[in-house]
Amino acid sequence: MKHPVGYGADARLRWTEWLPWVVAVAVFFLLPEYLSLGARVLTYILFALSLDLVLGYAGIVTLGHAAFFGTGAYVAGILAAKLGVTDPVIQLLASAAAAALLGLATGAVILRTHGLAQLMLTLAVAAVCLEIANKATALTGGADGLSGVSVAAIFGQFKFDMYGRTAYLWCLLLVFTGWWLVRRVIYSPFGATLTGIRENSVRMHSIGAPVYQRLLTVYTLSAAMAGTAGALLTQTNQFVGLNVLGFEPSGEILVMLILGGVGRLYGAFVGPLLFLIAQDYLARQFPEYWYFGIGLILVLVVLFARGGILGISDAIIARMGRKS
Amino acid sequence: MKISTSIGATLAAATLACTFPAAAQTVKIGLISSYSGPGAAQGDQIDKGVKLYMKLNADKLPPGVKVELITRDDTGANGDVAKRVAQELIVRDKVQILTGVVWTPNMAAIAPLTAEAKVPFISANAAGAKVVGMSPYVARLSFTLCQSAYPLGQWASKKYKRAYTAVSDFAPGHEAEGCFIRGFKEGGGEVIGSVRIPLANPDFVPFMQRIKDAKPDALFAFNPAGKQATAMMKAYGDLGMDKANIKYLGTGDITTDEELQGMGDAALGVITVHHYSAAAERPANKAFVAAYKKEYGADLNPGFMVVGAWDAMDAIYTAIRVQGGKIDPDKTMEIIKQYKNANSPRGPVSVDPETRDVINPEYLREVRKVGGKLANVELETITNAIKDPLKEFEKKK
Repeated sequence: MKHPVGYGADARLRWTEWLPWVVAVAVFFLLPEYLSLGARVLTYILFALSLDLVLGYAGIVTLGHAAFFGTGAYVAGILAAKLGVTDPVIQLLASAAAAALLGLATGAVILRTHGLAQLMLTLAVAAVCLEIANKATALTGGADGLSGVSVAAIFGQFKFDMYGRTAYLWCLLLVFTGWWLVRRVIYSPFGATLTGIRENSVRMHSIGAPVYQRLLTVYTLSAAMAGTAGALLTQTNQFVGLNVLGFEPSGEILVMLILGGVGRLYGAFVGPLLFLIAQDYLARQFPEYWYFGIGLILVLVVLFARGGILGISDAIIARMGRKS
Repeated sequence: MKISTSIGATLAAATLACTFPAAAQTVKIGLISSYSGPGAAQGDQIDKGVKLYMKLNADKLPPGVKVELITRDDTGANGDVAKRVAQELIVRDKVQILTGVVWTPNMAAIAPLTAEAKVPFISANAAGAKVVGMSPYVARLSFTLCQSAYPLGQWASKKYKRAYTAVSDFAPGHEAEGCFIRGFKEGGGEVIGSVRIPLANPDFVPFMQRIKDAKPDALFAFNPAGKQATAMMKAYGDLGMDKANIKYLGTGDITTDEELQGMGDAALGVITVHHYSAAAERPANKAFVAAYKKEYGADLNPGFMVVGAWDAMDAIYTAIRVQGGKIDPDKTMEIIKQYKNANSPRGPVSVDPETRDVINPEYLREVRKVGGKLANVELETITNAIKDPLKEFEKKK
């Protein structure tokens, strides 16, 4: 796999990197009816970014990232619905902290293993979290879900509205922060050790890199980001259901990332965008059979575009370069 | 940021203003149902009920008024998906009335939205008691669990001494359990044990074995109507609980008309209380069942969710007719609060103006073979009009 960005590469922002943000702001003005979908896409971009950090850069294969997403969602929801903490900033910070703690605690065990064992452990962590949420009905509402989530206006100024205007801008702000953070990480020496561990962990050991500590650090950071994304979902939906902790979001986010391109910053942007728009379109056109369409897209991507959508565009650009 | 918000608001308002005059003679109804996931069979019932009603009752609309139905999938008991879908139906598709929803948690997630957007939501199924009270724009034409569980408890207390309850672990299950126990205890019965079974992917055999070992006279059960009810009935038969003289009782959810044939002979003799059976002899029901069979096939029976959807659509059509096609949310709710139909397939049905909840007839039924096929045969009419007992209990407090 070729990785165009990383430590040692030119870390300055290219003008094309501003493009997504310009588009995102333009969407706010031009497509007011699509803002709630937009907020959802942004939430999943943040979630995908967090997964890209562990899967794409550090090579930790996980099928349980929803554990952190769901923990974040529930912490924000329980704060709002049961404890009367309605300030969105405090909710986000608490969710991020709770998810980071869970990441640290479970990562300490999971990251001592490799390959299939690691995969199974990540699945198990998510399954345990799901069952805890299912049983702790007094806090989580169990299978009924947690309703009555109230979120105060952001900074006392911007109230969450039905059209998703505030939610969209709020998500955009947090995705921007997440993007900036991840970008800093992958261009740093820390990011370089992660890539090194992914490519050859034995060699990283032998040159004296603290492999386990590095992995644990990035796993915790990623958990905090996923928790933040979960809290965003709660704040925009004002409802938390058990399925945020289920296998579905773990699998879906993996699929979105693979669709976009694993191990590259903008794969986490392209994947959720395409997946959720396709889902939205298919679900409206064919409410009975839309899962079929999603399945078909995935089969095609896996068959013909191993590097995801960005992998295809790379190949096209490379071919054009050769011709000229 | 403030300026941008106000521009966004103006834009949104402008789009709203543009689309309204054109929509005046076309009423847009949003139908949210489960088309995928484990609840797809139930979602299909609601879909069929709504579409059958629209096909057969086009003449009930005022001249020049058309109804456009927009369907969306909520993928099962997923409140957040249901809420998102409802939001998109309201904001993007500009539906004026919402209906559908198999699952109570989904309705709980949608309810606050209906209040904010002032879009009436007429429930075609979701039976948890509290959800109707969550928004002044929600009304229900299906049923509540307590309407059948409480009279069943009273009836059972006269025949059986010791009962065990087994319900799905979510709000409607808890309500069914509580109301049955209340009715059963009031009549002097004793409840020797209660168990709550997880809603997702349950294995019924261990639960049923425990119940069999406790040797009750009667087992009261509630599962969300559909495949789970069939699985539990099979566990009941496989463990020989019918031969161990444990009478199987429940709300109509455990022997729905569309699932009954798949349950086998274990279901014979099961006693339920419910508001609808496809085997009922009322002329309105016979016509309804015949129309359903003609449309969807002679082997299919309409379940109570088809009737819930049918009656919800009848209430919506009434509101459209009275308003001449121009839907005002508050007027719509006023009309639906006064809704009455003496000739529903289920018998007389109406809406309680005070709670916006349904007032149902309730029948005592037994599963018997009619013409070689299993059917819920109505033995007696318990009541012609019962309000949700849970809300009545709360008033007394």
